[in-house]
Amino acid sequence: MGRVGIRGVTKRFGEVTAVDDLTLDVADREFLVLLGPSGCGKSTALRMIAGLDEPTEGVIEIGDREVTEVEAKDRDVAMVFQSYALYPHMSVRRNIEFPLRSRRVPHDERDELVGNAAGILGLEGLLDRKPAQLSGGQRQRVALARAIVRRPEAFLMDEPLSNLDAKLRVQTRAELVELHRRLATTIIYVTHDQVEAMTMGDRIAILNDGALQQVGPPQAVYERPANLFVARFIGNPPMNTVTGRVVNGSGSVRAVAIPGGEIPVAPEIGAAITRLGVDEVVVGVRSEHLKVGSDGPIEATVSVIESLGHERHVFCRLVDGQPVIVRQAADEPVPAEAAPTRLTVEKVELVHLFDPATEQRIEG
Amino acid sequence: MSATDVVVPRTDASAGVSTTVARPRRFGRRVREAALGYLLVVPSLLIFGTFIIYPFFKNFYLGLYRNPPFPNLPKKYIGFEQYTDVLTSSDFYNSVKVTFLFALLTVPAGIALGLALAVLAHQRLKGIAIYRTIFSSTIATSVAVASVIFGTLMNPQVGLLPWIGLDPRPPILENPEWALIAVAITTIWQNLGLSFILMSSGLQSVPDELLEAAEVDGAGGWSRFRNVTLPLLSPTLFFAAIVGSIFAFQSFGQIDLLTEGGPLDKTNVLTYFVFEELRERNNPGTAAVLAIALFAITLVFTLIQMRVLERRVFYGR
Repeated sequence: MGRVGIRGVTKRFGEVTAVDDLTLDVADREFLVLLGPSGCGKSTALRMIAGLDEPTEGVIEIGDREVTEVEAKDRDVAMVFQSYALYPHMSVRRNIEFPLRSRRVPHDERDELVGNAAGILGLEGLLDRKPAQLSGGQRQRVALARAIVRRPEAFLMDEPLSNLDAKLRVQTRAELVELHRRLATTIIYVTHDQVEAMTMGDRIAILNDGALQQVGPPQAVYERPANLFVARFIGNPPMNTVTGRVVNGSGSVRAVAIPGGEIPVAPEIGAAITRLGVDEVVVGVRSEHLKVGSDGPIEATVSVIESLGHERHVFCRLVDGQPVIVRQAADEPVPAEAAPTRLTVEKVELVHLFDPATEQRIEG
Repeated sequence: MSATDVVVPRTDASAGVSTTVARPRRFGRRVREAALGYLLVVPSLLIFGTFIIYPFFKNFYLGLYRNPPFPNLPKKYIGFEQYTDVLTSSDFYNSVKVTFLFALLTVPAGIALGLALAVLAHQRLKGIAIYRTIFSSTIATSVAVASVIFGTLMNPQVGLLPWIGLDPRPPILENPEWALIAVAITTIWQNLGLSFILMSSGLQSVPDELLEAAEVDGAGGWSRFRNVTLPLLSPTLFFAAIVGSIFAFQSFGQIDLLTEGGPLDKTNVLTYFVFEELRERNNPGTAAVLAIALFAITLVFTLIQMRVLERRVFYGR
């Protein structure tokens, strides 16, 4: 069925390696999000699945067959482009119909399928318009309708929401999730927006510099980032990371000393640090797991407070000037600006530790 | 609103001043802007008037006079008689036929070949720039050079044909069935560079993403060309058809150099006919009538093309 397999796929453009030895399995009916900063190779990976770019090395499988050498037109996938790529000279109806015409679907069946797709996306009244006569949101729907009009093995979506305004994006996000449930088809979705990734994906695959960093359900990736890149990339505001020196207690690492204080370390992680034999580690704490108050182990100064209505971002500086962000609920007491404060980590389990050399997560 | 408000006359002094002073000022500015506008148009109007409008009416006027059979006799005013004489003659009819045939032979084939080469050269391949240069090179060739090249190639003594063992009798350029085709081939070759460049620039404006979308949508190479490339290229094709037809109607050099209108008037296009009447038969009156006819035919044909073809042209998004 709609399984997609990517095995050891590498893509080089001359000297540049866009995708580096990528291996990824997308299950049938899964909504997988390829997430990464621009230029990380996620779009190239998608284009290789579509058949628009050829891998330099590796194998791509769709459904039950290997398609590495199969032309895009014969791969049985549908793609939604960032620019929507609607055919400007064709009406909405002709646009949606085009994949069916290309596959020589009989006329009656075509009308019915176009009607269905248009119905699902609420385009019934727009079928005779040209793309230029549509709003951005409507164009996006036409692009989706063109993709779902036949039932392909998989949908490939390349940043389909990035050209919509913020409000419409939130709405369409939810609609896409609903559409996925309704169609029960595999979706591979490329985005640089971590909110889209967190809210839409069954699993997220995070790419950086062409290499896969971590794959997993959104919550798992958020809670246990595999390395510093993922830790800093996922979450808003980003995770606070500070390099500290390990403090040894009775036989194993007890805490990490950072400018202005010490952060305690769970015993099993302390043991792992001891096994690694490093003197320094990178400490990561998410902004919502920090508290500001009159007592706490770390000395800091509040610099600026940003109120977002439902929450506050308290920008602090450690004694050496490194920035740290604390996220507060709106009902918590407001700290004084430009005043000394003390920071506490809520629970010792919420401290993430990374090897500064390999940037990998240190696990107990 | 009360009744007094309506009947009270306006006595406000400042309001009166503003209406009496502001209006002439605005009027004055408009006059000055208009004057500047006309001043800027004057140079092109002068050129246009001297080389287009005046000759056009002069031509029309010349057509009303019959030239004497011998020089130095006065020409005779005969009104529209010369127009009817020339425009109903079999020579004129033949010349119109040859002109249209020539356009039909050169324009569609020229566009199709230019497009074919442009599609071939529109690949991301190593060394493709060399082919682009070769394909567009004829744009640097004059009609005279093209005619000499092809005239030599088709020459029965020194040409390509005897070299490959062919010796058509009569020689191609003297063969009533082949002469026009030979001139047409020369013309197509000479215009190919321009056609190629035009079509290449048109192809550049077709977004790659649309072709990729069509590919994912299951369209093969021909379907992508037919359903995406061609419609988006239609403004270029339309332009090429209109301009190409006008060029074809005005072709002269290759006829003069290769066939001189012969054999048996089979290549006697209207421009050449005009030239013959004027230079060889020394008959400015009939030449003027023919020139006006050529203008009218070009105009009408262009308008028809615009009506028929433009409906199928897709402009912009």
